[in-house]
Amino acid sequence: MDIVFNWSYFGYLLYGAMWTLVLSACAFVLGGAAGFLVMLARTAQSRLIRQIALVYVEIIQGTPLLVLLFIAYFGLGVFGIEVPPLVAAAISLMINASAFLGEIWKGCVEAVPRTQREAAECLALTRWQAFVDVILPQAARIATPPTVGFMVQMLKNTSLASVVGFVELTRAAQVINNSTIQPFLVFGIAGTMYFVLCYPLTAWSRSLERTLNVGRR
Amino acid sequence: MSAAVNAPAVALPAVALKDVRKSYGPLEVLKGVSFDVAPGEVVAIIGASGSGKSTALRCINGLESIQAGSIEVCGHHVGTQRSDAELRALRQDVGIVFQSYNLFPHLTVEQNVTLAPRRVKRIGNAAAKDLARACLAQVGLAEKADSYPEQLSGGQQQRVAIARSLAMQPKVMLFDEVTSALDPHLTGEVLRVMEKLARDGMTMITVTHEMGFARRVANRTIFMRDGLVWEVGGAEMFAAPRTPELQSFLGSEL
Ligand SMILES: Nc1ncnc2c1ncn2[C@@H]1O[C@H](COP(=O)(O)OP(=O)(O)O)[C@@H](O)[C@H]1O
Ligand SMILES: [Mg+2]
Repeated sequence: MDIVFNWSYFGYLLYGAMWTLVLSACAFVLGGAAGFLVMLARTAQSRLIRQIALVYVEIIQGTPLLVLLFIAYFGLGVFGIEVPPLVAAAISLMINASAFLGEIWKGCVEAVPRTQREAAECLALTRWQAFVDVILPQAARIATPPTVGFMVQMLKNTSLASVVGFVELTRAAQVINNSTIQPFLVFGIAGTMYFVLCYPLTAWSRSLERTLNVGRR
Repeated sequence: MSAAVNAPAVALPAVALKDVRKSYGPLEVLKGVSFDVAPGEVVAIIGASGSGKSTALRCINGLESIQAGSIEVCGHHVGTQRSDAELRALRQDVGIVFQSYNLFPHLTVEQNVTLAPRRVKRIGNAAAKDLARACLAQVGLAEKADSYPEQLSGGQQQRVAIARSLAMQPKVMLFDEVTSALDPHLTGEVLRVMEKLARDGMTMITVTHEMGFARRVANRTIFMRDGLVWEVGGAEMFAAPRTPELQSFLGSEL
């Protein structure tokens, strides 16, 4: 007798989708924090720090996420460090995000007119005060749409974690399909779930872009 | 009754430039500029575009470093080297207002005015509010405290920029063509604020294209040409320029 798709399988897909969200959230929080440091380094006063950060960004941006994932999962295992799939996936996504977000945010910081920093420093603010109180709030506004766009990319990239056996949405669908052999149905439902997760972000990003274009506030 | 034998108060200049030289790469922009400004004095700087007027102002508050000479501002000595801490100390005493206002667009008018006093002088909320009210009243914009810069006209934005500088209670104010970006009907409100500031005793150096303002308000006017102080004089200079260069400049400004 054939095994057919049923509600318990649907429940398993939902379970996978939950882990997709958990992994995405971890990756975004960790990657955002690391990306902030990369952005600081990329806009640092010291030429040396800027150069080091640039090399880091170029290496990471030139490395496929899957390779980062294999390094985190299998590479650390060689040294006897047992890395759970979730942790390996979160680390590799974090490193990937740090380079891309760092670069996006650097661009946003530099998009704030130079005269703003000058005006702040003319009022005797320190470089850091000028950055925090004047540059950062304006850069954050510019950064929101591309950052949300990157979050959508990252949410979809979490599907790569399935190759190291982490049961997120894609892996859950794969497992179900292995017994039901109903790929269009199973992956169709999984794809729809990705859409449901991403669409609010995309819509939010688009509406932000619209309001940012209309006025500054 | 015996007259007290007081030595005449020797007023140290508020600002003194000595043989200041400044280059951008191979381009020498200031070629040995010297002038003094006494406390309470209003000095206008006029001259053709590219003659180094803005650069001179920017050197006075340390936005640009100089290659040779010295600048003395309210007891802050500025040579060719200076630390960030020295620069900040200098900038507490010297306010500058630019042609392009450079208000902080994400902050309200009041927040624009109070940001520096809060951060640099660490004054509290209540004191900051009072300070903002006083400074905005000085430029006639007390009722705009809660507006955002984009909601104001150019003239109003420039007056907020002046209030923002005044909130640091500077001893010297620098103005760089502050009315040049404004529609002609908006320049008056800004010039009136500056005139009042001058009457109240503020030491001011103002780069301007407003010859009428320079003649009427400035104690002295400096004509810069080609990176040099070319001619200095009082109001009479406008009627009787000594150098043919100033004569032709004044002719072209009419
Ligand atoms: N940051 C800069 N880099 C290179 N050249 C500059 C810079 N700022 C000004 N200059 C040059 O210095 C000269 C004097 O400029 P400026 O002081 O702005 O003149 P002014 O204010 O009298 O019009 C001009 O030739 C200008 O092109
Ligand atoms: Mg200029």
